[in-house]
Amino acid sequence: MSIKVENLTKVYGKQVAVNAINFDIPTGQVVGFLGPNGAGKSTTMKMITGYIPPTSGSGTVCGIDLVEESLEVRKIVGYLPENNPLYLDMYVKEYLEFIAGISGISGNKNIKLAVERAIEMTKLSPERHKKVGQLSKGYRQRVGLAQSLIHEPKVLILDEPTSGLDPIQVVEIRQVIKDLGKDKTVLLSTHIMQEVEAMCDRVIMISKGEIVADDLVINLTKDGKSLEETFRKLANSESHVKHI
Amino acid sequence: MLSIYKKEVRSFLGSLIAYIVMGVFLVLTGLFLWFVDGNSIFDLGVASLQVMFDISPYILIFLVSAITMKSISDEKRLGTLEIITTKPITDLQIILEKYFAALTLVAFTLILTSFYAYAVYNLALPVGNIDLGSMLGSYLGLFLLAACYAAIGLFSSSLTDNQIVALILSMVLSFFFFTVLGMLGDLEILDKIGRSLNWFSLEFHYNSMSRGVVDTRDLVFFLGFISVFLGGTKLVFESRKWS
Repeated sequence: MSIKVENLTKVYGKQVAVNAINFDIPTGQVVGFLGPNGAGKSTTMKMITGYIPPTSGSGTVCGIDLVEESLEVRKIVGYLPENNPLYLDMYVKEYLEFIAGISGISGNKNIKLAVERAIEMTKLSPERHKKVGQLSKGYRQRVGLAQSLIHEPKVLILDEPTSGLDPIQVVEIRQVIKDLGKDKTVLLSTHIMQEVEAMCDRVIMISKGEIVADDLVINLTKDGKSLEETFRKLANSESHVKHI
Repeated sequence: MLSIYKKEVRSFLGSLIAYIVMGVFLVLTGLFLWFVDGNSIFDLGVASLQVMFDISPYILIFLVSAITMKSISDEKRLGTLEIITTKPITDLQIILEKYFAALTLVAFTLILTSFYAYAVYNLALPVGNIDLGSMLGSYLGLFLLAACYAAIGLFSSSLTDNQIVALILSMVLSFFFFTVLGMLGDLEILDKIGRSLNWFSLEFHYNSMSRGVVDTRDLVFFLGFISVFLGGTKLVFESRKWS
């Protein structure tokens, strides 16, 4: 199992953001993490990437414990946070070299190679000599993706990788993610149903901090219903954990 | 290794901050040393940099705060803190690399004034007749003092995502620990407590060093002071993990 969480819980003050969720993601699967705003998607991702620790429960990435061996987990996880934060006054190459350096890649030659590979994978080449602040939103998103995969992580965690992009950029970024998904485990969050159908093998739906559905995309759509209908029904339903 | 350090230094050099800090420091200390009536070397008739060492702590409060104000607050504002803290690198390493980057700039600024020291050395009668021990002690004291300001600045920067708030907070804290603590210590009603308060002020140890005697107690105080504020910065970093 690439990502495994057991009873993962996060409580902020009195508010339960994530309530004892469980899931297993096998190696090589692309999983869409769906849910309304405030459902706990970002919080779950922050826990998996080691930004915040869980209040209770546990999890592993490729068998490595999230809390006990956070630094080891971070070596094999690539993370694109929500809103794709970037240093706007750095050059694309300069930024990626910096990220490569703090991602545990050592030696100038290795750093240069890693940057080249990331630029190629995200098709950033035409804009590589510009400052990040000069790029269009679509290209900035590619820089964000390049940043997350520079150290060849086994697992990618992408928090709303396509939000705020125009339709053409969305298609391009989807293609990039799809290519990445061929040899990596990907967990991505989104609001857009078509996106899940286009990119993901499996869907985990979360609402009010609890998992309301966890199934393969094929199974969810086989009876002719669109994913969107299923999602709306589940997100509104009061019933709790309801595995389809 | 040192990626964050390099990035910080580059960002100082690229954003004009470095040049402004160096320029302002050289101009202000130069003015007081050579031109201001009544205080300048020519008026005093003593070949010493004492005037510069008297005025520098106050100039540095402002300049060092300006150097450190964005180092963490800007990462918070941009959200990039979430990126660097989810890379395989510890919080302490991030803080230390940022700290040493600021310190490098401070050290370089101070080294630039060696030009003045050289001039004073040659002005003395006979040439070279200056209190070298006192001057070196003062330089070391000034560097350690600025290092304390930098630690305060980094701590202030970690508390907020607004550079201006970080700047003001850092200046107020630096001023408090340099001077105000000593002033409080001099209040008669505080009596014995006052004297120990005095001992905690940066000015006390700075003055002690500028006499040219490097006392380990002063060194330990400065290093302890820096550790406390860097430790505080680390606590603020970790506070995201508490809930």
